[in-house]
Amino acid sequence: MKKVEAYIRHEAFEPIRMELLSLGFPSLSISEVKGSGRQKGITERYRGAELTNYLRPKVKLECVVADRDVQTIVDTILKHARTGAVGDGKVFVLPVEESYRVRTGESGEEVLQAHPDPAAATT
Amino acid sequence: MRRSSTVRAAVLGLAALLLLPGAALADTFDAAGKGLPDSVGINSLWVIVAGCFVMFMQAGFAFLEIGFSRGKNAGTVVAKILTNFSIAAILYWAVGFAFAFGGATGHIIGDTGFFLRDFGDPQKAFPIMGLSDATIESKWFFQFVFCAVSLAIVWGTTLERIKFGVYVIYAVIFSALIYPIASGWVFGGGWLQVNVGMQDFAGSTAVHLIGATGALAALLLLGPRRGKYGPDGKARAIPGHNMPLFGLGVLILWLGWFGFNPGSTLGALDGRFTEVLLVTQMAASAGVLGALLTARLKTGQIDIGMAGNGAIGALVAITAPSGYVAPWAGVVIGFIAGIIVPLGVYAIDRKLDDPVGALTAHGLCGVWGTLSCGLFTLPSLAAYNAVGKPGLFYSGSFHQLGAQALGVVTVFAFVFAASYGTFWAIKKTYGLRVSADEEDAGLDISEHGMYGYPEQFIPIPELVGYGAAPHVATPAPQPAGAAAVSTTQEVTA
Repeated sequence: MKKVEAYIRHEAFEPIRMELLSLGFPSLSISEVKGSGRQKGITERYRGAELTNYLRPKVKLECVVADRDVQTIVDTILKHARTGAVGDGKVFVLPVEESYRVRTGESGEEVLQAHPDPAAATT
Repeated sequence: MRRSSTVRAAVLGLAALLLLPGAALADTFDAAGKGLPDSVGINSLWVIVAGCFVMFMQAGFAFLEIGFSRGKNAGTVVAKILTNFSIAAILYWAVGFAFAFGGATGHIIGDTGFFLRDFGDPQKAFPIMGLSDATIESKWFFQFVFCAVSLAIVWGTTLERIKFGVYVIYAVIFSALIYPIASGWVFGGGWLQVNVGMQDFAGSTAVHLIGATGALAALLLLGPRRGKYGPDGKARAIPGHNMPLFGLGVLILWLGWFGFNPGSTLGALDGRFTEVLLVTQMAASAGVLGALLTARLKTGQIDIGMAGNGAIGALVAITAPSGYVAPWAGVVIGFIAGIIVPLGVYAIDRKLDDPVGALTAHGLCGVWGTLSCGLFTLPSLAAYNAVGKPGLFYSGSFHQLGAQALGVVTVFAFVFAASYGTFWAIKKTYGLRVSADEEDAGLDISEHGMYGYPEQFIPIPELVGYGAAPHVATPAPQPAGAAAVSTTQEVTA
């Protein structure tokens, strides 16, 4: 099991989510984060005084998948998140020791599988 | 780049303004100390109070638009409202009021009374205004705030993507030429009012349809916000960030309408204005209920935004007939406007990105309200106002309905052509739209260099040394509590 952790632009998220869903990976989390990197900050002028903000808003996308699926996930993210400009973000792949499904208590790789019928799962 | 071209546009516009008032130096305020009759004071007082209500509608438009925008485009609305209101005031004083109300009745464009004086007796310069003895300054103020309302309506369709300089350029053309000419035809003693007998008591057409027509012209050239229409062409919701602010805006506008319609009597002595207010309130109430009911039947949802838009749509619709119809007719007119609002918004949203629903509330409901005079106008009130004939339901004649329709079509055609031409010229020279990157970042930071909600974007800016310019690395000690208020390091004098 691996965790894919990607820091991406906001506008990249929706295309990634839609493609992952169509590939059978509906389970993921995102958070609004702020970070700094090579991308420059934004300078705000407030009543004549300047304030430079070096932290830019990004989306952090997290997704735990089986080892064999990691490359699919990473490729999907790279495909949609790349604009070619500084500030596209980064993707990290981390090892995961164990996973549990809270509702049933089952553990192991099978909890990562999507419900066979996602529509039924939401009812 | 952006900043400098915006500034240049503003400077050029203001310079043009300041060249004009040479003729106004001869101005003298001559009302004071003349021993005017009491009626002048009483009527002027009501007109000024009503005008202040209408001025407050600017706050209503600001909050309505801010509520329906995303948080990254909140601050720009404030700057826009203040700028437009100020430009309109100076131009409407200089030339607008004269174009709208000056000169002989039945005019195409007024030609006397520039700067409110025209070197003569203001009562003679504005003969159509002789129906009320309120002072000319009070009447000017009342008509100017109408112009400012009409201008504010224009920008409802353009939120979140238009360049700030466009506001400045179009505001000059609109408040000096487009609005005065078209509104003068309808209620400034122009040919539609005098020769055709078109009834528009307070401006369903002359204020609201004019604004919405400008909004349509701008929208057609501007295009939708990024992401409004998906790759499949289907409309997607871009929810506004603050429904409570939207609600506050609606209620302020509603309050403003108690000046808008009842104030259009331009006098208080015969108590007519209280009847107009009653009709106005009946329509607004029916509009809220009609819109809620229609939205509920169409979507199964008790729609907060539609409740507010229903009130606005009904108030727009009753603006023309408020001085001509009975209270029961106000309920009917408002309720139908309330039905029009959700249906219009659903239909328009499929093709045109109108973030606040201005095309429906001010456009479609403005047309409906104007036409409704042709149905519901009471014989006694047509005679009282000395404009037009009774409506179809009283006279059995389609005459008045035809007059109303002619007025709507003429005003729409003129304002659309003039506005489309203006926006087209702006698009070809200065540009209408910010870049895609600037739109994504939001107009607050890209057009104004500052956020409407700094804390959302800048973490703990008051931390010493954090992100501050070098010269404030060791800030002067501030009084307790001040640091939490200031969002930036300001050097105290």
